[in-house]
Order: sequence, then structure tokens, then C-alpha cells
Amino acid sequence: MAKPLGFEKPLGMRDILPDSLAKQRHLERALRECIERWGYEEISTPSLEYYDTVGAASATLTDRMFRLLDKQGHTVVLRPDMTAPIARVVSSLYKTVPLPLRLFYQANVFRAQEKEAGRNAEFFQTGIELIGDASVDADAEAIALAVFCLQAAGVETFRIAIGHVDFVDGLLEEWIEDEPVRNQFRQFLVERDFVGFRHLLSTLELEPEAKERLESLLRLRGGKSKIEEARALTKNGKARRAVETIASLWEALEAYGVTDDLLLDFNLIINLNYYTGVVFEGYAADLGSPLLGGGRYDHLLAQFGRPAHATGFAIKMDRLLMVTPAAESPPAVRVLLCYTEDRRTEALAEAQLLRADGLVVVTWLVNNPAEAQDIQGASYSKVICLTKQEE
Amino acid sequence: MGFSDLSQKLTIAMPKGRIFEEAVHFLQQAGLQVTAELQDSRKLVIPVENARLEFILAKPTDVPTYVEYGVADVGVVGKDVLLEEERDVYELLDLQIGYCRMMVAGMPDWKPTEAPRVATKYPKIASRYFREQGQQVEVIKLNGSVELAPMIGLADRIVDIVSTGRTLKENGLVELEHICEITTRLIANRASYRMKSEAVDDIASKFLEVIPRKA
Repeated sequence: MAKPLGFEKPLGMRDILPDSLAKQRHLERALRECIERWGYEEISTPSLEYYDTVGAASATLTDRMFRLLDKQGHTVVLRPDMTAPIARVVSSLYKTVPLPLRLFYQANVFRAQEKEAGRNAEFFQTGIELIGDASVDADAEAIALAVFCLQAAGVETFRIAIGHVDFVDGLLEEWIEDEPVRNQFRQFLVERDFVGFRHLLSTLELEPEAKERLESLLRLRGGKSKIEEARALTKNGKARRAVETIASLWEALEAYGVTDDLLLDFNLIINLNYYTGVVFEGYAADLGSPLLGGGRYDHLLAQFGRPAHATGFAIKMDRLLMVTPAAESPPAVRVLLCYTEDRRTEALAEAQLLRADGLVVVTWLVNNPAEAQDIQGASYSKVICLTKQEE
Repeated sequence: MGFSDLSQKLTIAMPKGRIFEEAVHFLQQAGLQVTAELQDSRKLVIPVENARLEFILAKPTDVPTYVEYGVADVGVVGKDVLLEEERDVYELLDLQIGYCRMMVAGMPDWKPTEAPRVATKYPKIASRYFREQGQQVEVIKLNGSVELAPMIGLADRIVDIVSTGRTLKENGLVELEHICEITTRLIANRASYRMKSEAVDDIASKFLEVIPRKA
């Protein structure tokens, strides 16, 4: 690569200017207030982690991680997500703290991009982890909290799609003995390639009933009525249990009063081999990509030596920013205080008094009263001049 | 909000190119209101007022991009473009139109050399194919008239889509290896697939009725 230009930043890194950052902070506060009311405590973890620990346990693909060497020659990664670091903390520093634990974070994570140069590689996320609760009520809590977070952020129209990995797995196991073939089907779902799914189906020697049932998986999405359809679709124990979990989940979500914003989607697979149960993904109107994702990950904690059930989600702040209105906080009263050197003591004391009253005060040293007249005061609600007394 | 929302307007990206005529005919068969404007207009965005539809006329290679970013909810595009662009979209239906083959072609007297050069509009597809075959090649990206490359000595072989084979023949080339079959697909944006699930399902089921059943 050519030597970077003087103002250049590494690929995918972005500056955030005051106006956008103000909006982001406002959103973060709104989310924080919402999440804290559910009893979650904030946690912070390092930006750098070992590749062999957090890197290996993360759901993010290795080739999308920023990998570096530390002074001792260990491979370290810029954290690609917050879930694995939190699992590490729960299994070490919090080893003796009884479960369940409710933790949340507002942090930046890093994922290298391959495509267009402008795509960001550093993301801000707000997320929660509910660790040590295997019940469907924990799944419901995570989904309901996600809904309330989006409402608190002011997202007008959104939907959260919900699926269960065992439904897909069970249905495939019911009809297809060969595991590599099942994995091919899963891969098509992960890649959202329904044409490939149907094509593979057409090449297999299966009873017409089996083909029909597997094919209908692709259309199994909608409201509550899909639960009955899913139940009728399979006799496989694993898939049936998944349907019952979804049915019970839906009941709990009805109690939370959030089902209007939900969509059942039995072919939803988010990340192969990471999630272990209920999964969900959130979308907003006029936003091309998901703005939140989450689900149950019951295998992760064991990788750090403290096996535990867990669920959680992360909201992508950059995408949330695109679909939320500007903050409506009343503009602070901004005062510009111009002074000449001879009245400095009086001016700075006055500034402190005004600040104590809650005003925003910017002080500006001028050489003479005329100079104060030239200052553009348009962005201030008030201009005070404490300049040289006329002799 | 809610699932009975019929006010969802759907934006469809259409490829202005090889498969355009056939695709428009397909839409008509599916009962979509296709105005004359779509066929002979120079406009790039064409709304269909009563049908809650809007068409974007795009360069074929850009259709998956528009759909990935969500400025179009769904798109009609060839599998060749999807394989080359590798965009994150739902591939919902094989419309079984715009049929052609992705081929390796060359001069009839072509003999393997150590690192043959391959000219193509599809560098990713070509690289992937030759890597899978264990062949070392140098891939040269061209933007058109790929058949010219072997004739003037720029490349030994080409990778391109072939429908009738006439262009190849006219340029003295023969088909050497078959990479894959190409047809036209209906793709959908990840969020639109969920946010506008009713409208997307509606158009997919209309399309499904038209798709010619394979004999």
C-alpha cells in the first residue's frame, strides 16, 4: 500500500463529529435508562483480547477480526463482539457470583470489512446478556427488552423476526439421514439462498411428502397462526419441542404486550453453530439491514469453564441512528462572554456564576471593544461584553 | 403496523440489459401493471400509482447492490451477476428465464500452458472456478467484447455467458468447459423480506404461478 496521506485513517475507521455524537449519546442514554429498569448492570471489558480465548470463542469469523501481536508475541484481537468477553468475565472474576446474571454494555467492537472501503469496521453497540437462565421466560425477557429498547430509542416502525435453530435441525433430521446433506441445507438457509435450497431438494430421492414439507419451511413465517402450521409440519421430537418453546415464548410475549411488532420465521438461521435455541433479528422501515440480533447461546460459557445457559442481544448503534429522529432536548442557553484583559477577573467570575446557574458560557478574550463587535454571535443566545471602560 | 398492512409499497429493481425484455414479459404474465413507460422510457425511476409499485431501472450488475442496501426491496437479476457480486440478499425464486451457460471458451487449437491468461467480465467467478480445478491462471478483467481477447492475443481463454453460442462461433471460438447454468432470479432485501413480508410474499407467489414447469 502507498504511504497514507497525512489526513488518512485506517480502512473502515470513522470520525464522529459533535452533532452525530450528541445524537448517539442521547440514544445511548435512552437505551441505558430502559435497560437499567430491568435490573441489568453495566460492564466494561478491554478492547484487546487474546485470539486463542475470546477470539476463538467469538461468533465472528476469524478473517473478519483485526489480529495483532502483543509485545510477548501472542496474537491478540480487537474485540469483535462483547458477548465472548462477558462470558470470560462471568467464568473468571465472577466465578463465584451466583447466576443468573444480568449485564449490559455500551461499547465499540471491531470487524474488518472486505467490500467497499467506506464501510465501517468499528461499530458501537448497546447490548444485554442474561446468563444462567435456561427458561423460555429468559428468551421472552430478551426479546421484550429489545422491543422496549427500540421504542425508547424512538424507532417508529420495526419488526423482530423470531426463529428456533432446533426447528430447522429437527425437520432436516426427520427426512434426511445424511449429515453433510443436512449441512448443505443449513448453509443455503444461512446464505439466504432459497433457490439453492429448492434445487438441492429437487435432486434428492425423497418421498413427495418429504419434499413438500421441507419446501414449506421456506414459507413458514408470519403471526401466531404459524405455530399451529409448524406443529402440523413435523413429528420429529426436537422440532416439536422447538415449536412448543416458540408457543410458550409467544404466550410470554403476549403478556409483555409486544407481539404486534413480532414476526415468527421458522427458517431464520443467523449464525451456524453458535446459537443453540431461540434466535431473533430486528429490522426497521427504510433500513436495508438488521439493526439488532440475538438469541440463545448455551455452549459459549462452557468454553471458558463455567457451563451456563445464556441469551442476549446487541443493537447496532450506527443503524439505530439512521432510523431515529433527532434528539428533542431543549437547546441549552449559550452565552458568549467577551472581555478585555483589564476586566478578566470580573469576567471569569461572572462566567462561573452563570455556569453555576446552568447556562453554557464561552469566554473570549478580545483586545478592544471594537473587536468584540465583530464577533459573529449568531450561534449564541446572548452576548455579554465586559470590555475596557471608555476613558 | 401489523400484518394486514396492505399499504406497503414495493420497489423493484429491474436489469436494463440482456434479460430485460424477457423479464418485463414475465412481469406482465404475473399480472403486474407494467406501463409502456417501463419499456421505452429513459426515466430511471418509474412509479406505478395504483399498484403500490415502483420500478428502478438499473445496470444489471448494480441490481444486487440496490437490493442489498434496501433502496430496492426486491430485484430481478441473473445468477451470473449474483455469483460475481456476492451481495447479502435473499435469493427467493428461480424464474427460469434468461437461460444461458457460464463457459470457458477459447480457440479450437488451444493447448494448456503453464499460467494461461483468461479474460472475463466475471473475475470472481473465473478465479473461483480455476482455483477449484487446481489450475493456475492469470485472470484479466474486461468490461465487454471478451471474445476479442483470444483473437488478438490478450488471453488464451475467456470465461463468459453463452446462450446460443453464435457470438462465439462468429469469432472462431469453441466452448471448452462448462462452469454452471445461469437463470434469472428474484432477490429480496434482508429487511424488506421481513418488514414488507406480505408484499414480498405476494409478488413471489404471483411469480411462482408463471414460472414454467420443467418438463
